[in-house]
Amino acid sequence: MEAKSFEDSLRRLEQISGKLAAENTGLEESINLYEEGIILAKECYNKLKEAELKVINLRSGIEEIFNENDEKGD
Amino acid sequence: MIEQNDILTVAEVANLIKARLEENFYGISVIGEISNFTAHISGHWYFTIKDNDAQLSCTMWKSFNTRIRKPANGDKVVLSGKVTMYVPRGTLQIDVRDLKPAGLGDLQIAFEKLKKKLSDEGLFDARFKKAIKKLPVRIGVVTAAGGAALRDMINVARRRFPLVEIVLAHAKVQGDGAAEEIVSSIEELNKLDNIDTIIVGRGGGSLEDLWAFNEEIVARAIFASRIPVVTGIGHEIDFTIADFVSDLRAPTPSAAMELSTPNQNDIINYISDFCNKNEKRVQERISLLHQKIDRQINSYSFRKPEGMINDKYQKLDNTFLRIQNFIDNRLNESGANLNLLTSALENLDHRNVLKRGFTITRQDNKYIARSSQLNTGKSLEIIFYDGTTFIERE
Repeated sequence: MEAKSFEDSLRRLEQISGKLAAENTGLEESINLYEEGIILAKECYNKLKEAELKVINLRSGIEEIFNENDEKGD
Repeated sequence: MIEQNDILTVAEVANLIKARLEENFYGISVIGEISNFTAHISGHWYFTIKDNDAQLSCTMWKSFNTRIRKPANGDKVVLSGKVTMYVPRGTLQIDVRDLKPAGLGDLQIAFEKLKKKLSDEGLFDARFKKAIKKLPVRIGVVTAAGGAALRDMINVARRRFPLVEIVLAHAKVQGDGAAEEIVSSIEELNKLDNIDTIIVGRGGGSLEDLWAFNEEIVARAIFASRIPVVTGIGHEIDFTIADFVSDLRAPTPSAAMELSTPNQNDIINYISDFCNKNEKRVQERISLLHQKIDRQINSYSFRKPEGMINDKYQKLDNTFLRIQNFIDNRLNESGANLNLLTSALENLDHRNVLKRGFTITRQDNKYIARSSQLNTGKSLEIIFYDGTTFIERE
């Protein structure tokens, strides 16, 4: 899942939530929506948990490693 | 006094100078601009008074400064006091007894002038402020590559939303050429098509240190930026022209990153809330349906063929199994919810219907729902609660 679609996934979850709350959503549709939602929710969760911050230097175009305990001053 | 060849200790010389200074520079008044102002936790003030050609260190003890409005860097002041020497360090300083504003400092005047000019042009108008994306994919950061501000911002991003990508556009943040570098970094980031937010950041410093952010070209570059700009310059108390023109002003670089990223805990809460809430909704829907079917069984039990009811049950059973598989894979295992579901499944077991004395008729592996569907000439099976009876026909 691309980072872009992370937002799409969350938006889709919101949509699904709205449809599941609606009275006129049929049982079969509800089940399908629910399944879809659980898959998306799980994907989003895993994506966040596994994410590692990327820092790219615009000038060199390469990723730079910045550690929490970097002791660079200014 | 002192003979030419006398050998003196360091302390002796220092104290001699101190005495001469205090005799000759007593009760003087000096006009200049305040710089490097520090109000120490002890209550004493330390700063520099300067003009274009010179600067002098100053101290103003707590006992003298309590009734005086705290000056800011760049303030033009007239101070009075005596010149003395701090012997342990061998430094010369003015022991300030009184301090009065002498109009605005030159930088302060320049600041106010530019602020008024840009404000009159409408550059600070709320209608130009762009909204900051709540879930950014890429954040461009304009700051010094080796600076503490960058490190702070990276740490905040890592903690809050590690899914974001940071694109560092290095710029000198103080001294000659800083404003130009900040401008070109903002412009370069604007050439990319995948940056959601730009943060312009710099750690704390004196008015002079932060001056690049009060330059007109920086203000205009921020205003012209297609991408929303968040500024985090200096500390809480520092306001720069860049802050006024940006889409969002944060008190510090860290705060700027904080305002530009969502908190991942909020997202995780949202996700698990989604799971819990909708699991309940689906369960309620099914049990509602179950009740409806139950009512039908009770009112039409003699006319409505059992097989049809069982078909419905079977369909529901299958659906339930599907859901249960998903529930098993849920993010937050919640024993209570799982129990609810299991008992709902038990309720739907068609054997409960059989238990009440109904039977199911099957022929050719199909449930027989209508008497018209039954071929009385062929074998059939009747399913009771306690077993199945086969009726064989030739």
